[in-house]
Amino acid sequence: MSEDDPQSCLPDPTRRKFLVTTGSSVAASLAASYVPAFANSTEPTNDSASDVATTPYIEGAIPITLRINGKDHALRIDPRTTLLDCIRETVALTGTKKGCDHGQCGACTVHVNGKRVLSCLNLALMHDGNEITTIEGLGTPESMHPMQAAFVACDGYQCGYCTSGQIMSAVALLKEPCGPDDAAVKELMSGNICRCGAYANIVAAIQQVRKGA
Amino acid sequence: MHTFEFIRPADTTTAITTAAQSKTAQQGADVRFMGGGTTLIDLMKLNVETPARILDINRLPLNKIEDTSDNGLRIGATVRNSDLAYHPRVQRDYSVLTQAILQGASAQIRNMATVGGNLLQRTRCVYFRDIAMPCNKREPGTGCPAITGHNRTLAILGTSEKCVATNPSDMCIALAALEATVQIQGTKGNRTVAFGEFHLLPGSTPHRETVLEPGDLITHITLPPPTSGSKHLYLKLRDRASYEFALASAAVVLSISNGKISRARLALGGVGTKPWRVPEAEAALVGKSANDATFRQAAEAALQGAKPQSENRFKIELAKRCLTHALRTAAAS
Repeated sequence: MSEDDPQSCLPDPTRRKFLVTTGSSVAASLAASYVPAFANSTEPTNDSASDVATTPYIEGAIPITLRINGKDHALRIDPRTTLLDCIRETVALTGTKKGCDHGQCGACTVHVNGKRVLSCLNLALMHDGNEITTIEGLGTPESMHPMQAAFVACDGYQCGYCTSGQIMSAVALLKEPCGPDDAAVKELMSGNICRCGAYANIVAAIQQVRKGA
Repeated sequence: MHTFEFIRPADTTTAITTAAQSKTAQQGADVRFMGGGTTLIDLMKLNVETPARILDINRLPLNKIEDTSDNGLRIGATVRNSDLAYHPRVQRDYSVLTQAILQGASAQIRNMATVGGNLLQRTRCVYFRDIAMPCNKREPGTGCPAITGHNRTLAILGTSEKCVATNPSDMCIALAALEATVQIQGTKGNRTVAFGEFHLLPGSTPHRETVLEPGDLITHITLPPPTSGSKHLYLKLRDRASYEFALASAAVVLSISNGKISRARLALGGVGTKPWRVPEAEAALVGKSANDATFRQAAEAALQGAKPQSENRFKIELAKRCLTHALRTAAAS
């Protein structure tokens, strides 16, 4: 259901917008020195290359253009910013999740030039000129990627926190050398931890897509 | 994470001259090359590594895998682990390397981690990774709490009174068995180091893990021509089936003719303070019949000098069985 849907009888604020709205008022009340880019009332992802204006000034920040989901984002970032923090905090694409932040869980998996990587163990500055794809670039609720649809059909999650990382991994796996059986899929998916233990359904979802492909 | 200056050197020479301004050699240094970042960024978040300058070497022309004139293979330092593992010649002629890489880390990390960086990956010893604890490797002279503390996963070979940390690499175990060489470019020119001499024993200087000097950049790893008809196997034993470091592993390159072993190259992982080549075990195999008794004898020879810590005596028998099983499986392949 879209919030612009005229059929909708109730406003349908997304969870993200709710958190951003409440989060920004909390931040304002605390007079925090750090203001996340997404605290603006407009969604920065909607306007092409307009993010410079919305990136807060940080001393020592370096200008960089990152291409995420086919769109260039001109940003200013602290050199320490990981690709993960940049995607989430600066560009406000919060589908990519921070789990362990140390390369042990896979929740932050994104694609760089078509290959899956852990965005928590990368500096954003290393990625100018690279093609970055996040879960938001894969599909939309109205038009899901086949892997997203398979995860829904197979119930490949419980709490959902690891799901975007699982799906990004699974989509990349389709182009990697992987044997036909479940064991091969499990081995190549071992970098994505699911604490709810939805593994059986995750493997089923991936195999459904592979067999249909 | 401490702040740092991010530099992308225009060429290899600039990278080396900039890195040469570092006070110490690569690991723990104030100027650090960054490849995949999978070790370095992790340790920077823990403040274990606190470089003042990061040199991004990913755009340097070191990402090719090329045949050498003698049918060996020359691997650029920034080649990704996964690209190396799936390279057709590696799969065909050096399959122990493919197996070792694919049993290490996860698909995502293998897509990021570089070959040169793998040689410099640091120990998973919990005391090394926790700056609240003393550690001779991280802060020379502060002591080693692992010797009396949690040491189940640590080394039984090559240890010293100062350090018992394990080298965590899988790839390096295969490179040791393949007798690779490491090409290094530094301020004084180029040099080649045999793989077995690249990593250092901890001794009284566990903070010094390799022969690299300030400014030295690993540019390539070279594999000698393959031994035709050799059997390759990497066997890794660990606490879980995947995405875990080795408790014990074995890389085996074996040649057998008429039931007798004519050539053996063996290395152990998960048990040594560096990638652990075992020439004693290789010598124990050559000229013998390829059977279980021979394999067990070689394994006994390989672990002869093992010195267990308080929590890892089991590793001695585990490593022996690992090597025996790897030899048996390779011989039968």
